[in-house]
Amino acid sequence: MKVLMFGWEFPPHITGGLGTACFGLTKGLNHFGTEVIFVVPKSYGDEDKTFVELLDAGHVDITERKTEHTEFWENFKYIEVGSNLIPYMDPEEFKKIFEKKIFSHSEFKESVFSTNFKFSGSYGANLYEEVARYALIAAYIAGTNQFDIIHAHDWLTYPAGIAAKKVSGKPLVVHMHATEFDRSGENINQRVYDIEREGMQAADKVIAVSNLTRKIIIERYGVHPDKVVTVHNSVEPISLPEEFKVTKNFEEKIVTFLGRVTFQKGPDYFIEAAKKVIDKDPNVRFVMAGSGDMLNKMIRRVAKLNIATKFHFAGFLKGQEVYDMFSLSDVYVMPSVSEPFGISPLEAMISDVPVIISKQSGVAEVLRHALKVDFWDVDDLADAIYAMLHYPALSKMFKKYGKIEVENLRWENSAFKVNKVYKEMCEK
Amino acid sequence: MRTICFYFQVHQPFRLKRYKFFDIGKDHYYYNDFENRSIMRKVAEKCYLPTNQIFLELIKEYGDKFKIAYSISGVAMDQFEMYAPDVLESFKKLVATGNVELLSETYSHSLSALKSYEEFEYQINMHRKKIKEHFGLEPKVFRNTELIYSDKIGEFIANMGFKGMITEGAKHILGWKSPNYLYCNTINPKLKLLLKNFKLSDDIAFRFSNHAWEDFPLTTEKFVSWLNAIDPKEEMVNLFMDYETFGEHQWEETGIFEFLKALPDAVFRYSNYSFSTPSEIIENTEPVAQIHVPHPISWADEERDITAWLGNELQDEAFNNLYSLYDKVKEINEAEIWKDWLYLQTSDHFYYMCTKWFSDGDVHKYFNPYESPYEAFVNFMNILSDFMIRINRYK
Repeated sequence: MKVLMFGWEFPPHITGGLGTACFGLTKGLNHFGTEVIFVVPKSYGDEDKTFVELLDAGHVDITERKTEHTEFWENFKYIEVGSNLIPYMDPEEFKKIFEKKIFSHSEFKESVFSTNFKFSGSYGANLYEEVARYALIAAYIAGTNQFDIIHAHDWLTYPAGIAAKKVSGKPLVVHMHATEFDRSGENINQRVYDIEREGMQAADKVIAVSNLTRKIIIERYGVHPDKVVTVHNSVEPISLPEEFKVTKNFEEKIVTFLGRVTFQKGPDYFIEAAKKVIDKDPNVRFVMAGSGDMLNKMIRRVAKLNIATKFHFAGFLKGQEVYDMFSLSDVYVMPSVSEPFGISPLEAMISDVPVIISKQSGVAEVLRHALKVDFWDVDDLADAIYAMLHYPALSKMFKKYGKIEVENLRWENSAFKVNKVYKEMCEK
Repeated sequence: MRTICFYFQVHQPFRLKRYKFFDIGKDHYYYNDFENRSIMRKVAEKCYLPTNQIFLELIKEYGDKFKIAYSISGVAMDQFEMYAPDVLESFKKLVATGNVELLSETYSHSLSALKSYEEFEYQINMHRKKIKEHFGLEPKVFRNTELIYSDKIGEFIANMGFKGMITEGAKHILGWKSPNYLYCNTINPKLKLLLKNFKLSDDIAFRFSNHAWEDFPLTTEKFVSWLNAIDPKEEMVNLFMDYETFGEHQWEETGIFEFLKALPDAVFRYSNYSFSTPSEIIENTEPVAQIHVPHPISWADEERDITAWLGNELQDEAFNNLYSLYDKVKEINEAEIWKDWLYLQTSDHFYYMCTKWFSDGDVHKYFNPYESPYEAFVNFMNILSDFMIRINRYK
């Protein structure tokens, strides 16, 4: 069986858990002999290609026009989208889009089809246009490759998945790693929501990363329950050689937050809990690693609470730095307001760090050896952190059984379920 | 006869290197040597050396008629020793002419006057020693970091034996009064105060090359005509500015050096002004009134207060945490600790954390190594955390 898979990122160039999950999943699928053609915008050349045939959407030479492409283009009218609503738009980008709108439609299509596209490969300005262009190229790739099934990860690639399905007639699986409600709370971006919904409607099957996400999909996107299956994420087993571990150069214990500093991840609750813990026990340090739109506000808050000599900002960490951070940590906290899954606690546990996670996270469904709190209950969170730091029996137990628990969560197991979905659909 | 008092501030901070959380407890060296050296060399070539040369020639030409004053921060002298001994030599030559006065200040260009008089005094004495060591003289007039002054600070300085102090002629302090007279401290009238004429000072320091300014271009004749327009009863014009004005803030191409070279001649030719040092003025002039400054003033920004360094959450947190170490540091007899303690107090670190000018551009971006006040804060706090760990080892 061969899968045409559309993603947005792939290790080592990742901004979040999606890239990690894609890697684990393809690796797991490989275990069952399933082939994957993985399409990402802008390949950097040093991704791990052991398990996948990696196609860079930016390097595809488009030499011919097909009517389906044009039709698809017109069905998804992203370019007509009001450009003033595109996130993080700078004036230059705006001008570019504006100029394109002046051109006649056919002329613009011409330019789309004659160039060798380059995607910027990350979230940001001109996102909708990139999503649309990605879909166009997806259609081309679908027309020139052999495969049995299409698998698209998150809304950015859904138009691509739909396009590929139109061209090839093969079944489509869409994978919900996060919903717009997770990212934005109730203030959703309607356009993103619409793309998510269209993707799930066009799909033959929807995979949700947790029951929590499955529930949102059913209740808020109106997708039929029979169509949605839950496949929990997993974590790559790693064994860090001792000499790689960095040493701690101070006595205090370290409590870590690692993730994007955005509304979804609940960094503000972490800080409020930190203040409560430090007031009770000054011999502890808190670290917030990551960046995001709430970072400056968080720095101000820490200064305001007068805990800045005990609360540190480590910036965005990647690769080895993440494990360095874990090896320094005594407790890992993920106070997410809404977390479809949340792979990072698993990475912490596998690095021998006990974790505290919010009940509002998908990963809470699969973990037993973790302290679970409501993200909004700062007192409870502070209490949990204090307990983890001061009652060695507790942290010792969580470390020991947590590691075993996580080691049993294999990507092969997740891939097995995904593979089963593939089979069912191909048999239809 | 009326007189002009030229005073220049010479200061370069030890800029901090990018210091990560992972370095805490491990790496105890905090300074960006490369950046400090290259900035010092750049400013030396563009400003210190050529401007010193101009003043040396002017003093040669006019003898005792031309006089100026400097304050050189201790951290600037440290960096001269490390990166620019040629600059130090040229200052020594200037001071040796006898027409150049050196003012006293805090060693690390710190805000210690706002927090601890004990530390303040210690730093003044340290600076005094350093001046003595390099220039063989004792400063008589005090100038606080960024001209920060209040009644209390003035009283303390008077008690230390200084005859005079210089500060800003802030509008909200002076009201209808003119900065062109000698004033004195409210609590201890023995301390004379020279106030900066910020209009004429800033014409040179900030507006000289501004094409949008209605008086552009500024010629020496025009400047002297403004001096002449001042009421003849007013006794002095205090022109205080950053030394880096010459060649660095105002590039050589703006003609600032030519302006400087020609100014004394124009003053002597078209006006009855002389040039004096702050000490001479204090000796020869009687104060006209006391000046009341209950809250600290400075020469910074429109507000002329201390909000460029202190006031927002980031600055207050960093500042208070730093000075909370004072009692402990005092007990430690360790040169490395003392050096870092001094260098971390340099006011520039707090200046980089200022959020006041988010809206109005980059007046304050001058040699600012950080992209945002937040970055400046996080970096400083990481370093301070390491410093605290070191301090606490000496329990």
